[in-house]
Amino acid sequence: MEYFILILLGIPLLAFFVTLIIPKQEEYAIAAVVKTATGINFLLAIIFTIKWILNGAVNLHFNEFTILTSGHYSFYINLYADKLTFTFLLFGSLLTFLIGIFSQRYLHRESGYKRFFNVFLFFVFGFVLILFSGNFETMFIGWEILGISSFLLIAFYRERYLPVKNAVKVFSIYRIGDVGLILAMWMSHHLWGQNIAFYELDTIKGLHDTLVTHSSEATIIAILVFITASVKSAMFPFSSWLPRAMEGPTPSSAVFYGSLSVHIGAFLMLRTIHYWEDQFVVKIIIGSVGLLTFVLSNFTARVQSSIKSQIGYASIAQIGIIFIEIAAGLEVVALIHITANAFYRTYQLLISPSIVTYKIREQFYHFVPFKKTIEDSWPKRIEYTLYSLSIREWNLDSSMYRYWWVPLKKFGNLMTFLSIKRVAFFFIPVFGVGLILLSTYASMPPFYLHLLPILYGGLGMLMVLKAFTERRSVLTSWSLVIMNQAFILLAIAFNEHLSVLELSTFLSGVIISGIIGVLAIRRLKKLEKSVKLNAFYGHVYEHPKIALVFLLACLGLAGFPITPTFIGEDLLFSHIKENQLLLASMVAFSFVIDGIALIRIYSRVFLGPHIKTYHDVAKRSS
Amino acid sequence: MENHHTSFDLAHTIEHLKHYLPSQAPLKDFIHHNTLHAFQGDPFHVAMEKATTIFGYKVYLEINEYREAYKQGKISEAAFDKALKAIISPDQRSFFRTMLLNGPSNHSTEKRIGSVRKQWKKTYKVDMDSRVHPLLFRIISSYLDQGVATWHFPIHEKGFLASIRSLENNNYSSMFRSKRVKTLLKDESLTLEMALNVLLGDEQLYEHYLFDQQFAHPGWSGMVSVLEENPKALLNQKQISLYDLMLLECLFEIDVLDDVFGTKWEPISKYLTKTPKPLFSPVTSSIDFACYKIWQNAYEWSFYDEVLGAIQSSENEKQSEPKSPDFQALFCMDDRECSIRRHIESIDANCETFGTPGHFNLEFFFQPEGGKFVTKVCPVPAQPKVLIKEVENKIKKKKDHHFSQSNNGVFGGLFLTTITGWLAPFKLAKNIVKPSVSPLTSSSSKHMDPSAKLLIQGDGTAFEDGLQVGFTVDQMTDRLEGLLRSIGLVDHFAPLVYAVGHGSTSVNNTHYAGYDCGACSGRPGSVNARVIAWIGNNPEVRKRLKERGINIPFTTHFVGALHDTSRDEMQFFDTELLNESALKLHEQKEQLFQKALANNASERSRRFMSIDSSKPTSNVHEAVKKRTVSLFEPRPELNHATNALAVVGRRSLTKSVFLDRRAFMNSYDYAIDPEGRFLETILNAVAPVAGGINLEYYFSRVDNQQLGAGSKLPHNVVGLFGVTNGIDGDLRTGLPYQMVEVHDPVRLLVIVEHFPEVVLETIKRNPGTYNWFRENWVHLVVVHPETADLYRFENEAMHAYQVPSKKVEHSSDWMDEVLSTHENIHPFIIQQ
Repeated sequence: MEYFILILLGIPLLAFFVTLIIPKQEEYAIAAVVKTATGINFLLAIIFTIKWILNGAVNLHFNEFTILTSGHYSFYINLYADKLTFTFLLFGSLLTFLIGIFSQRYLHRESGYKRFFNVFLFFVFGFVLILFSGNFETMFIGWEILGISSFLLIAFYRERYLPVKNAVKVFSIYRIGDVGLILAMWMSHHLWGQNIAFYELDTIKGLHDTLVTHSSEATIIAILVFITASVKSAMFPFSSWLPRAMEGPTPSSAVFYGSLSVHIGAFLMLRTIHYWEDQFVVKIIIGSVGLLTFVLSNFTARVQSSIKSQIGYASIAQIGIIFIEIAAGLEVVALIHITANAFYRTYQLLISPSIVTYKIREQFYHFVPFKKTIEDSWPKRIEYTLYSLSIREWNLDSSMYRYWWVPLKKFGNLMTFLSIKRVAFFFIPVFGVGLILLSTYASMPPFYLHLLPILYGGLGMLMVLKAFTERRSVLTSWSLVIMNQAFILLAIAFNEHLSVLELSTFLSGVIISGIIGVLAIRRLKKLEKSVKLNAFYGHVYEHPKIALVFLLACLGLAGFPITPTFIGEDLLFSHIKENQLLLASMVAFSFVIDGIALIRIYSRVFLGPHIKTYHDVAKRSS
Repeated sequence: MENHHTSFDLAHTIEHLKHYLPSQAPLKDFIHHNTLHAFQGDPFHVAMEKATTIFGYKVYLEINEYREAYKQGKISEAAFDKALKAIISPDQRSFFRTMLLNGPSNHSTEKRIGSVRKQWKKTYKVDMDSRVHPLLFRIISSYLDQGVATWHFPIHEKGFLASIRSLENNNYSSMFRSKRVKTLLKDESLTLEMALNVLLGDEQLYEHYLFDQQFAHPGWSGMVSVLEENPKALLNQKQISLYDLMLLECLFEIDVLDDVFGTKWEPISKYLTKTPKPLFSPVTSSIDFACYKIWQNAYEWSFYDEVLGAIQSSENEKQSEPKSPDFQALFCMDDRECSIRRHIESIDANCETFGTPGHFNLEFFFQPEGGKFVTKVCPVPAQPKVLIKEVENKIKKKKDHHFSQSNNGVFGGLFLTTITGWLAPFKLAKNIVKPSVSPLTSSSSKHMDPSAKLLIQGDGTAFEDGLQVGFTVDQMTDRLEGLLRSIGLVDHFAPLVYAVGHGSTSVNNTHYAGYDCGACSGRPGSVNARVIAWIGNNPEVRKRLKERGINIPFTTHFVGALHDTSRDEMQFFDTELLNESALKLHEQKEQLFQKALANNASERSRRFMSIDSSKPTSNVHEAVKKRTVSLFEPRPELNHATNALAVVGRRSLTKSVFLDRRAFMNSYDYAIDPEGRFLETILNAVAPVAGGINLEYYFSRVDNQQLGAGSKLPHNVVGLFGVTNGIDGDLRTGLPYQMVEVHDPVRLLVIVEHFPEVVLETIKRNPGTYNWFRENWVHLVVVHPETADLYRFENEAMHAYQVPSKKVEHSSDWMDEVLSTHENIHPFIIQQ
């Protein structure tokens, strides 16, 4: 029966590759592939579910296969299916099938027709992979795919400023969630001394008992996972990204931000329920955040004067309740609620343009000038306060700016003195010294052995912050990201011995992507005079091929699962000891900012309103 | 010497701003107009260069698009040469020829707008727009909201800024961080000049700055300006002004700067090293624009020449109008009715069709039974004094809970989501497989219940809200007479005379009002058609008409009808009032109309990629109907796309010329109007209405991002009055990409059949109308009714015009040819 899982995963992936090679203008061919793939997947999902029920509905797991082993470390792909998987699979594949058909016509003659369906299928693949993932590592692959395809879908109208800005914003918030998952993976490695699969917690009592005996680690893992889930499900305090993700064509907002993407956080909580079901504190936290989210989002939804943001916040409010249900252990209730909410929001968004016709007609016949609402009966001062707070989304968006971006930028701006030359003069020698020190590794006093990883990790962090805030030179920013990776590697090497296999796994992607990136930028610089980071330049309009190559280089360098660096990152973590939370956080933080910095470079150079105005270029405010 | 102390005149600046801001009404009243009406004082090409230099609009096709058209022969060699010779002296022609064909094609232009305000980013490193816009837009839209939000903006009585002030004064939190701004807002004597002084410190910069600021979000500012001038454009009226908006925006800007720098920052004038070029200082013409001008003229005249050539060579094919026609049908002048008339005529050669503005010379308000408001159903500028009410309406209005306010209640939301959420996939699947009319559909037939009664006649003494209820007999007679004389239908009445209004059906379409009849203020023309038919059948009216020299025989019956232009369906009104023989005749004609409608749908389908036009006509017609109610169909019809001509003359002038669906057609008989009295009325409407539609399509096509609304696929409805992209953006004005993508941006060519001297004299009578022609915002060619010679209006005079000789195709089985291509079709002569 397990081969079903492989087929369900294989079809969207295969379809994705097929649509990549179909020429742009062949709308029918592209649509046929999408409809066939999503249609077959929906059918298979039904057959698979029926078979699974007939076979007694036992949880399935697919024999893991190892991608890489190095000493004590192995990277497994592990697949798993239970009632949670099947519920999500059924409604997910139904919705993607319907939206696939819907979009075929809706997007007719849109210039990004092919691009839309490429990303659509990639998203579906990532989604299905998360549903079937049997361990954190596998899930993380799906997670990254979802992140990058979300970015591409939100920035679908890449020639305008706001979609690009919001795509970068959402991607950055998603990256915060990724830290949670990376660190959770790291901690559970150490907790069990191995890569743990979800089914093992379910079935092997000994493993589960570890959680009870190491309750503080278990609590931290649970909270890290919860942060990740909160980000994806737009819980407090991350809620404001969801309405801002509604920049793409309406059907993509409907299926991804109305239903699939936002409920993945709830999926993660249900998937990891065994990690925290015995932790009362964690349950209280989940429930309270759910409640708080419900209250705030409900108020916010009530004052929204735009239909999509209203539906977005109304959906978040329901997911708040879903989190309460999850915390209360009402798994089945939560699943029913999730499915209904996903269906309802998708449909509401799809028909949202009709609200004008409908409501204007309704008002024409049933007009009441000022309808009283419950709030009108409250004391004025309270009413006005709540109203203006709700209009401002309870400052959630501005706080994100104030307490996350501004400090990052300020910190990065402190290093404006770091020009590419100075970087070379200072950091290359420092790196050289590091290498020499490394060769004397064996004779080093233990104190330094503790200090050096932190020192080099810290320097690496400085570099990536600088890369993130660099406003002039693209190459400076790019090189800083590469150097950050090198410094991180050095920091880990001080910590524990790294084998040649491990080094090459990590470095291969970095080096290849690094070189490709440099070549792409140099090529672009030859053709264009404005290649900077000070604004958005929109070069994709004239150079779509260079843009694509550069995007791939960015993904490779960011440790996206297309190069071995992806495994390399996980591998590095296995060399951080369980008592080195500071180092682990530094490395995790570096990886997160790396990703954001790279997407920022890509967006600024290639996306947004084109700097040349011989064709129609959108206003910044549109 | 200029007096610097009085360099800033606020009232003047506001007026100036409003003149240039988009003047698009809320969605429900969407009406086409010239997007760049503000520049209409200048000749077209001069205005274009100004609009680009000052505001950065793109106003022509891209150079490469012209070159491509030239390569494909869409721009003819002859027209190219002519356009070149017209403005370039002989010694420079070869230089320009090279420039045009091989010069650089990716020249970027600098714009003046924004040059003062960009200092925030340049000198202060503050991204003002990003920090101010989202909240500012949300506040305006919440204040103006017509029913999207569940919980409304709580204060409304004293205007926008006063409402914000009371909201802030009674509040535990604040929208502002800066103490200074909070104090400023509390002070009721606060003026815009005070805020500007803080920001700029120099009066000379004020006007420029306000333009920069407001044109960073022209959509919102335009909406505020429209609503300030005409609060009645909203059902739920709101008091708002551009002044309040600008003041609030300045306060937000000070707040941002205070937040970043404390109160210690200096105004912009301290950092400006040189004064920026005044926005409206003279624009010097450039070589680039000379090239655009040549290309555009060549592009337009290549097409016009084909049309004029076809009209001239159709002289031999001309048939005289039938002496005793089987029936007569009056349609709207709308370009979409161009093809249905051709199809009707090709089925029954012995019928006669007419075109006239679709309100049928009737100006009134309509109030359906139970309606809380009255609806204007005549051209926008008209101020009707008559109200026509509907009684005995039996249509029940269905509900859709997806838009219910309870969605945001604590329990309502939970209930609706969890229970009805499960039905959503079935509804969606049903709409994908078998779409049908639902409460979401904007359907032309919902405008009026045909089984309800209309109170058309009144004695002129009953009034409601200052409107006279019903027309008096004299008023009815005047209007019918005016209508009939203007189209030249004064004798040889057929047994059946149809008056066909038009409307459109679509779903998920925020711009639905732009699909209905423009002459009826963006409403379907059903009521007007029904009323004019009733008037035409009224014996009292006929009696008086006879006294005035128009004798309608008692055997003639008027029938009102509605043509749904997206579904190609027709609905006939009050046929139960016909006598037996007339009814029988009508039933025959109804079948003829059905056939013509199916053919028309088939012809339209050639532009729809998703429909195979070679299938049997009835299948194609079904497919055409289906797409009007499909949620996923952004193009229920292509509306006015490809419009390019307006023909004012007898039907015989263009009856045998295939004009695709590109011509507005207003029937007019020069013979009964020697002084051009009716012509004047017609042109007073044709220039601004057809010209306005044409230019809105033109500008939305050439600059779909700034002057059009961009792709409609990501649109988000705000407050029921506008659309934005995403949730933080500016309101999008103009037409979405899906409406204009197949449009060729050519100005309207008005073709009038009359003596050139009469036409010249006529257009000069109304300065407003004359401006359109004189400044070339529309072109004018006159066809001499006796000699068929052509005269082109240019430089305020009529000049004889020779069409470069080119062979015009003839075709008898044209339908197959037409269906074989998606592209525009060259005019050809239809052989009977």
